[in-house]
Amino acid sequence: MSKEKQSQDSGRRKALKGLIGLPFAGGILIGAYAESRKRRLAKRNILEALNIEAMRPETSADMSGEPVRVGIIGFGGRGQHLVRVLGFATPSWLERMKEEENEEAVKAFREQENLNVKLTGVCDVFDVYAEEAAASFPDCKRYRHYEEMLDSPDIDAVVIATPDHWHAPIAIAALQAGKHVYVEKPMTHNIRETYALREAARNSKAVLQVGHQHRQTQSFITAKDIIKKKVLGHVSLVQTNTNRNDDNGAWQYDIHEKASPQTIDWAQFLGNAPRIPFNKEHFFRWRKWWAYGSGLSGDLMTHDYDRINCVLEMGMPKYVSASGGIYTHNDGREVPDVFQVMMEYPDFSTGSSRPKGIEKGMTFMYSATLGNQFNRGTILMGHDGTMELGNTLTVYADPGSTRFAAMLEANLIQPDVPVYSYNPEAEEVDAITSATAKYFADKGLLWTYRDGKRVDSALLHMKEWLGAIRNGTPVSCGIDQGFEEAMTAHMGGLAWKTGRRIEWDPINEQIVALPGEDLDAILLATNVGEYAAMDM
Amino acid sequence: MQYSKNQLFFLASLRILIGWHFLYEGLIKIFNPGWTSKAYLLTAEGPFSSFFTWLGGSGLADMADVVTIILLIGVGLALVLGAFEKVAAFAGIALLAMFYLSHPPLPWLDNAGPSEGNYFIVNKNLIELAALGVVAFFPTSHLVGLMYYFKKQDSGSEKVGQHAAG
Repeated sequence: MSKEKQSQDSGRRKALKGLIGLPFAGGILIGAYAESRKRRLAKRNILEALNIEAMRPETSADMSGEPVRVGIIGFGGRGQHLVRVLGFATPSWLERMKEEENEEAVKAFREQENLNVKLTGVCDVFDVYAEEAAASFPDCKRYRHYEEMLDSPDIDAVVIATPDHWHAPIAIAALQAGKHVYVEKPMTHNIRETYALREAARNSKAVLQVGHQHRQTQSFITAKDIIKKKVLGHVSLVQTNTNRNDDNGAWQYDIHEKASPQTIDWAQFLGNAPRIPFNKEHFFRWRKWWAYGSGLSGDLMTHDYDRINCVLEMGMPKYVSASGGIYTHNDGREVPDVFQVMMEYPDFSTGSSRPKGIEKGMTFMYSATLGNQFNRGTILMGHDGTMELGNTLTVYADPGSTRFAAMLEANLIQPDVPVYSYNPEAEEVDAITSATAKYFADKGLLWTYRDGKRVDSALLHMKEWLGAIRNGTPVSCGIDQGFEEAMTAHMGGLAWKTGRRIEWDPINEQIVALPGEDLDAILLATNVGEYAAMDM
Repeated sequence: MQYSKNQLFFLASLRILIGWHFLYEGLIKIFNPGWTSKAYLLTAEGPFSSFFTWLGGSGLADMADVVTIILLIGVGLALVLGAFEKVAAFAGIALLAMFYLSHPPLPWLDNAGPSEGNYFIVNKNLIELAALGVVAFFPTSHLVGLMYYFKKQDSGSEKVGQHAAG
């Protein structure tokens, strides 16, 4: 080999040595591009196939103009929370948050939107609560009786956060007086007053909103769209749960040290409940007795019922049966602490991907225990997919799905990886979440990054109500939704009390009673004492 | 520094393979606009978790994303092509140290993040970090890589292959 040739060879070798990385770099670039293109296409295909719109709620209602003058009736734990949402925090709450080093709560309160409300009245039968409100807020006058408040020209609207047995009587009187009403759930305490309240709402120009604030949750609005687009196919079973394991969760609320017959208007508290002597425990832990509360059916099942009714709009169940008992807190209470309710919807369907007529009917199961807090999620189970509904929302394709059969076959989607996941705080919708993202989502950690402020859904619910008062816009939980919520809860209570499958008559819009049976008497039956007259 | 053929082969391979890994991770993140390091930072654990969660929650999180991508691609390209390998290796070590410290596989931490294997103090981030130390102190870019064209002419002809491996 000539020297010239040798040096040429060596030159080539040198060039090769210097550029050895180039083919690698090019290969990696092509590989990365191909891989991301594949992922993007798969994501787009699935999103296009699902066609789900992650909708944000409509932009805010106009809160300008004269402030709405609101009176609060029932200034206990819930009442104080609702008033804070309206912009009024008591100094003692601010102090307590400081002691508990809960600066987040104070910050959220200070930064929350101003709903342009004037708190002009408080009515509470416990002096300590009523006086605290009157002392904390400059324009807030104390009314001894709710009727005085409803007669006052200084009140445009009332927020009712009393025990359950006072919800309807006050709401009816308020609507008749032309005052707008925000009433806590359950909307009513018995069957008769549910009709009476519906009548009063229909005959009044005032706006009624039932306090199911989760109707404002963004993921629920998206969930509605998922159902509309028939992503889940025919939903045959819905499972919702309450899992609690602490005294507060079992309604063992603190008894205030200043509670006495001198500080509590006991007769007014009792209202239409049996006349019994003063009893502090009944006053503060009223949820434990049928005379004032309705236990799991009214307090917690109503939440789950309305959550699902908001998404599926399935309305009244045809049949309701119940089981359970007092198994975890046998402390003199009357209401069950373990409680299952099966609601049957034989004619309901969310749509079907299978031959006509095969799929129809749904069971909605509510299951609760106050003796264990393992987190069982809310699950909607359809032939084509499963939706886990919470603050975040996750949809899985079902391995046996008809609609997704081809995509499953092509391995475009996998049954154990969500086909859709919605996180209201994240900036964009993720079609296929990775195993890592799933891990973080499962732990609820994706919620922690949010660029906006934390907003209380009760504030949005109040705002919707105030928007309706000011601008005539609709409310999401009005009398019809409240009627369905309350009647279903009453059917659950009746099923538990009678041990019978309770039937709804949709034509006459009533719960079917046996001959001579007084359903309200059964529903309200209590050991605390005799009702004076059943004229509720 | 003089290497045997085998030494050079494995040292250069190590450099290019690590570069490959960095470059691919960086490019995938660029091509996926939804990617963010926030979740990773916010779930940090261990002795330095407060720093990482602060970073993830602060306004700097977006910058952290950009810096991570630039570093991954820059280090990757430098190692694959064979240029500025020492600087690149140290930058890579710094990045890996952050990854390691934010989710250290310490036995008393509950969730060291999802992983495909089992680790006790030592994980792949730590091994890759040490390997980058080898890349930094056993340079090969001037022998196989772009730096070949810039090496001092007086360093003489190639020595590779003239001596048997140690």
